[in-house]
Amino acid sequence: MRNRFIDAMKGHNAEYIEIHFEESHATNIGYKGESLEELSKTSNSGGNIRALVSGSWGFVSFNRLDRLQDKVSLAVEEAKLASESTFSLFPVDPVVDTVVSRLNKDSTAIPLATKKELLDKYNDIILSSPRIQSSRINYRDVRRRVFFANSEGSYIEQDKPDLSLRLTAIARENGELQQAGVSLGSKGEFSVVEKLDSQAKEVAERAAALLSAPQVKGGEYSVILDPVLAGVFTHEAFGHLSESDFVYQNEKLQQVMVLGRGFGGKHLNIVDDATIPDLRGSYKYDDEGTPTSRTYLIREGILVGRLHSRETSAKMGEKATGNARAINYLYPPIVRMSNTFIEPGNSSLEEMLGDIQEGVYVKDWYGGTTSLEMFTFSAGEAYMIRQGRLAELLRPVVLTGNVFTTLENIDAIANDLEMNQGGGCGKGGQSPLPVSNGSPHIRIRHCVIGGR
Amino acid sequence: MNNLSSASEYGLQMAAEIIRSAQKVAEQAEVFMVSSRATPIQFEANRLRQVQTKERASVALRIFREGKIGLSTASGGDDDMEALLGMAVETSQFGLSVNFQFPSYKEFPKVSILDPEIEKMAMKKMVEFGEELIARIREHAPEILCDVEITKGTSSVYIINSQGGEACYGKSFFSLGVEGVQVRDTDMLFVGDGECSCRLPSSVDILADRVIWQLEMAKEKAAVSTGSLPVIFTPRGVASALLSPIVMALNGKTVFEGASPLKDKLGEQVFDKGISLWDDATIAYSVGSSPCDDEGMPSQRLPLVTNGVVSNFMYDLRTAASAGTQSTGNGRRAGGSFPMPAISSLILDEGEVTFEAMVKDVEEGLVVEQLIGADQGNILSGDFGGNVLLGYKIEKGRIVGRVKDTMIAGNVYQVLRELLGIGREAEWVGGILRSPALYCPRVSVTAKGN
Repeated sequence: MRNRFIDAMKGHNAEYIEIHFEESHATNIGYKGESLEELSKTSNSGGNIRALVSGSWGFVSFNRLDRLQDKVSLAVEEAKLASESTFSLFPVDPVVDTVVSRLNKDSTAIPLATKKELLDKYNDIILSSPRIQSSRINYRDVRRRVFFANSEGSYIEQDKPDLSLRLTAIARENGELQQAGVSLGSKGEFSVVEKLDSQAKEVAERAAALLSAPQVKGGEYSVILDPVLAGVFTHEAFGHLSESDFVYQNEKLQQVMVLGRGFGGKHLNIVDDATIPDLRGSYKYDDEGTPTSRTYLIREGILVGRLHSRETSAKMGEKATGNARAINYLYPPIVRMSNTFIEPGNSSLEEMLGDIQEGVYVKDWYGGTTSLEMFTFSAGEAYMIRQGRLAELLRPVVLTGNVFTTLENIDAIANDLEMNQGGGCGKGGQSPLPVSNGSPHIRIRHCVIGGR
Repeated sequence: MNNLSSASEYGLQMAAEIIRSAQKVAEQAEVFMVSSRATPIQFEANRLRQVQTKERASVALRIFREGKIGLSTASGGDDDMEALLGMAVETSQFGLSVNFQFPSYKEFPKVSILDPEIEKMAMKKMVEFGEELIARIREHAPEILCDVEITKGTSSVYIINSQGGEACYGKSFFSLGVEGVQVRDTDMLFVGDGECSCRLPSSVDILADRVIWQLEMAKEKAAVSTGSLPVIFTPRGVASALLSPIVMALNGKTVFEGASPLKDKLGEQVFDKGISLWDDATIAYSVGSSPCDDEGMPSQRLPLVTNGVVSNFMYDLRTAASAGTQSTGNGRRAGGSFPMPAISSLILDEGEVTFEAMVKDVEEGLVVEQLIGADQGNILSGDFGGNVLLGYKIEKGRIVGRVKDTMIAGNVYQVLRELLGIGREAEWVGGILRSPALYCPRVSVTAKGN
């Protein structure tokens, strides 16, 4: 493979060329209620070429590995069409490496019968619970091997396995529908989806309980977020804003996102780190062959860093962080998060509850999205807080805010950091990318909650 | 048979061969092949940034073996048909029970979805389209930074099954989308729109005019009261806020499993009398159109809601068989997955009120163009809600400016029960929905700071 790539990249008039190729094998299993909706196997192979000529990129994706020379030529031609001012990519030392994943229980080696039996069991637990109308179970595991070579001499082969599972229970009574769910994931390790009987039961009970829960009155509240939801908040409210491809061509935004700007209190530290072993957002090299790193985004409340590709870092005069990632060979790499989290503080949930007269405790996660400045994210579970105590269960709530004021409004951070491996991230049509996020419990003052 | 632009003779032979070998181990078999070539051209921050070419081909095999369904898909160059059949046989061991037959249709309605001009269009001409669009918008707002994506492409689909069914068609598509951002200190304004069709647009004017109108309306900032207020959803607002819960509830799959709030409402008045909604896969040059669905069922124009009365749900073959009804030609495959009921193009009929008259009627309220986070609530029960990314305040019959830090929330079955008006002019949104503006009497609005 390596020699084939090197030959194809020879003799073209381009400043930089890279070739990606990947082979993947996936198993999908899905249930809707009693019926098994999907049980399929997929094999996929394909690659792409990126060429940089006079500051612009050409990109060609393909399924067949033949006529590579011609494909490189097409990418070079495309780049010429767009060409403008030249720049040099941030220098990265060429590397030749092979990264093999080591798993205790490789999900792709587990027989289909075992997977099906396990999911059948969880589905039965959910469906046999009181007031449950239906369920949704989505399981997917992928064995993926990616090959990368560039015209600077790098050649990297990496295993990038992934596994995700979501269990959802749907409860119904008197025409009312409510749902609750749990999401899990790993880098292909099957044991994380075993022994979930009690979680399946808990999800079903939670959905049923929501049927009789009231809707919160919309307005501003003091809000406490559990680690799962606070992790989503970190990702949506701040993480995306620190992806420098949003910033590097926008002078006004650069002034706003200037390093050294205060974003929150001294207790606030936000980190993106792909080097932590075995999290879903972990990897050794990004899709431009840059070694990954631990990047402080906010340290003691001050903006100190951001996430970069080789292009954005070169153009902004900062260091490449190894955050250029592509979901698959159909897309060029763009700046993405890996494992993003708020570092633990020294408060506790009890202390945070202590002085709230009327507030909302929000847990778990439906989803979240951002427009950079404004974000929304939704909680799967919510409780009123009255006189410093957790009170009645509420219908799921949607929280919204403005990043520039909300981070300032975090007034307490607990010491119970947890990482959440469920879900995935979408950006620029590339979804879901494996990431993880996390946080301890945090408290936000004056947070807007939508309601009726 | 329709134009067969890039499905090669080789591909057709291969499909027939897979069916033959599958029949040796299975009762019935079906092959679905799709290949596509797309050329996206991307502008970032007003400048041409990247030109791409994407080629993709995949084949999906569905078999009925010992009364159970197996499915496998493959993309890539190795043409390993044995592996494909092997995976289908493996999955069939645990698969669903067979409850339908593959259809034997060979004749389909004639639907125009191929514009030869698209394949001919030079990349250079596409670049000019983008430059012109950006220039038109910047004339109006010199500070704005526009991201533009222009994509042209063609695809070909071939479906063949062991029951004699066979369909083959070629399709073209062209999409033009723009998102503009204007930053003033920490205040960000996002505007944008897009269009998508099987035909080349004659100019960039419609899109440019829509974005310029947004910029004009958003020039000033305005604060709206918290409370229950009248809201006008523009066609884009309808797509952003109201569409998902309704589409989900009209999906035959949701209905069959009992999770749809509309499951017992067939023939009942659920929405305002003015609301008539269609799913139509036969509209000429709409990107959702095709002669047949992804299972080889002929396309049709299907009434979903007629004068506010629920008239049909959308079905694929298997869901229809489970529910004891017929497929409506809505079986669509996403990636390599099983066909599921899904929309083609949704058409919401026009009403009689002009947008100006709606605005004039409002004492205090909102015009909503786009929400973020709209799909995060309990959409199964009809709830919608989210942060107003682009929306304007109406004060005494006039749009006075853009709102920020504002959320709306509601339930489509309450909000669309009775409307104050349905727009006279319908617009396409994203090539999949054609809708007028909807004027709703009361939607819950929460604004920060009051």
